[in-house]
Amino acid sequence: MPLARLIPCLDVAHGRVVKGVNFVGLRDVGDPVELARFYSDGGADELVFLDITATPEDSATMTSVVADVADVLEIPFTVGGGVRSVDDAIRIIESGADRVSLNSAALADPSLISAIARRYGSQAVVVAIDAGDGVVHTHGGRVETTTKTIPWAIEAASRGAGEILLTSISHDGRREGFDLALTAAVRDAVGVPVIASGGAGSAAHVAAALRVTDAALIASIVHENPAGLPGLRREIEGLGIRLRPMKEET
Amino acid sequence: MSDVVVVDYGAGNTRSVRAALTHLGRTSVVSSDPTAIAASDYVILPGVGSARSAMEHLEATGAATALRERFNAGRRILGICLGMQLALEHSDEDGGVDGIGLLEGSVTLMTEGRVPRLGWANVEPWGDAYYFAHSFAAQSPDGVATSEGVTVAVERDAFLGVQFHPEKSGSAGLNFLERCLSPV
Repeated sequence: MPLARLIPCLDVAHGRVVKGVNFVGLRDVGDPVELARFYSDGGADELVFLDITATPEDSATMTSVVADVADVLEIPFTVGGGVRSVDDAIRIIESGADRVSLNSAALADPSLISAIARRYGSQAVVVAIDAGDGVVHTHGGRVETTTKTIPWAIEAASRGAGEILLTSISHDGRREGFDLALTAAVRDAVGVPVIASGGAGSAAHVAAALRVTDAALIASIVHENPAGLPGLRREIEGLGIRLRPMKEET
Repeated sequence: MSDVVVVDYGAGNTRSVRAALTHLGRTSVVSSDPTAIAASDYVILPGVGSARSAMEHLEATGAATALRERFNAGRRILGICLGMQLALEHSDEDGGVDGIGLLEGSVTLMTEGRVPRLGWANVEPWGDAYYFAHSFAAQSPDGVATSEGVTVAVERDAFLGVQFHPEKSGSAGLNFLERCLSPV
């Protein structure tokens, strides 16, 4: 199994990073390019950009953000939010993203997963699942569906999703640790890697998640102190998790 | 003229490879023009798209022939991910596709561990961790490096192919590309 991955997630609205990034060392904390580079230098293994507005008018803005990020970033990144069609995926990937993340659109039309996977390979398709009370939620967790979480994860993987990004709604934002039972259950049910999301409040929480799955998404824990990322990595490694070795940047 | 030709498959993301080259002070052009492939100092066959559409495009444009001639002339080519896989004789991807056939060997679906194999992993005997994102892997007598038991690099004469993405592997990847590009 490859090394465990730490994946900061950046929320983007109208081309700007929003929500909780708090750091005086950056000239412009809202600039996705500057923050991406900062996290990359600090030891992020990948990044996720989530377009939280994702209106049609914003798609051109997001495309240009993706291209700008691709020009400076030497680690992989995934773009989610507003990927509703194969054309959206083409636009995002051909602008330089490594992967797209599908959520509500995949649930509405699961054939979208296979169509993108056929074109770019399954490693380019992440299916994000917002789970609560055993069922999938859509629209940022606000709408509860009748689709059960684990069967949906299995279907998504069988249709070509190369990774599941699993967010536990009840744990998200509480900073009391990940939903380890749910994460382990989904990972046991599928053959693809699973990213745990929701609940990271400490290095111990992240380490616990990385003992049951392949990667952990982190947000406020790192946005509150972006300069603390190398220290967070060392703490997690100190808890027995193997992460990629960091070297001095050339 | 540009230092490096990044071979165009007709679809996909070549932006990151070119950004890494720019970072290393190299100029590059994305092209499937046989003349450009023949004349360039260095050619990179990048890792984007799917095997069948890539091969169709490479054959239709004459790029595949140009790559074979370049290889036979002993001039350097780097294959990345799918670009490495295409250099072999055959791939099981997309129901079975003949490759460019520079090196002996074939490409098969991985059956061990989580597939796709995603993330950073150490490469032996080279000793650094690089980023992988693949479901298929090479079987070749020309294997020169492995990662967790998977053949992840093949080399014969002037062709070097790697399964990982050096353009996505941080400073280790940039250092690797720099070594590839340095004069022999």
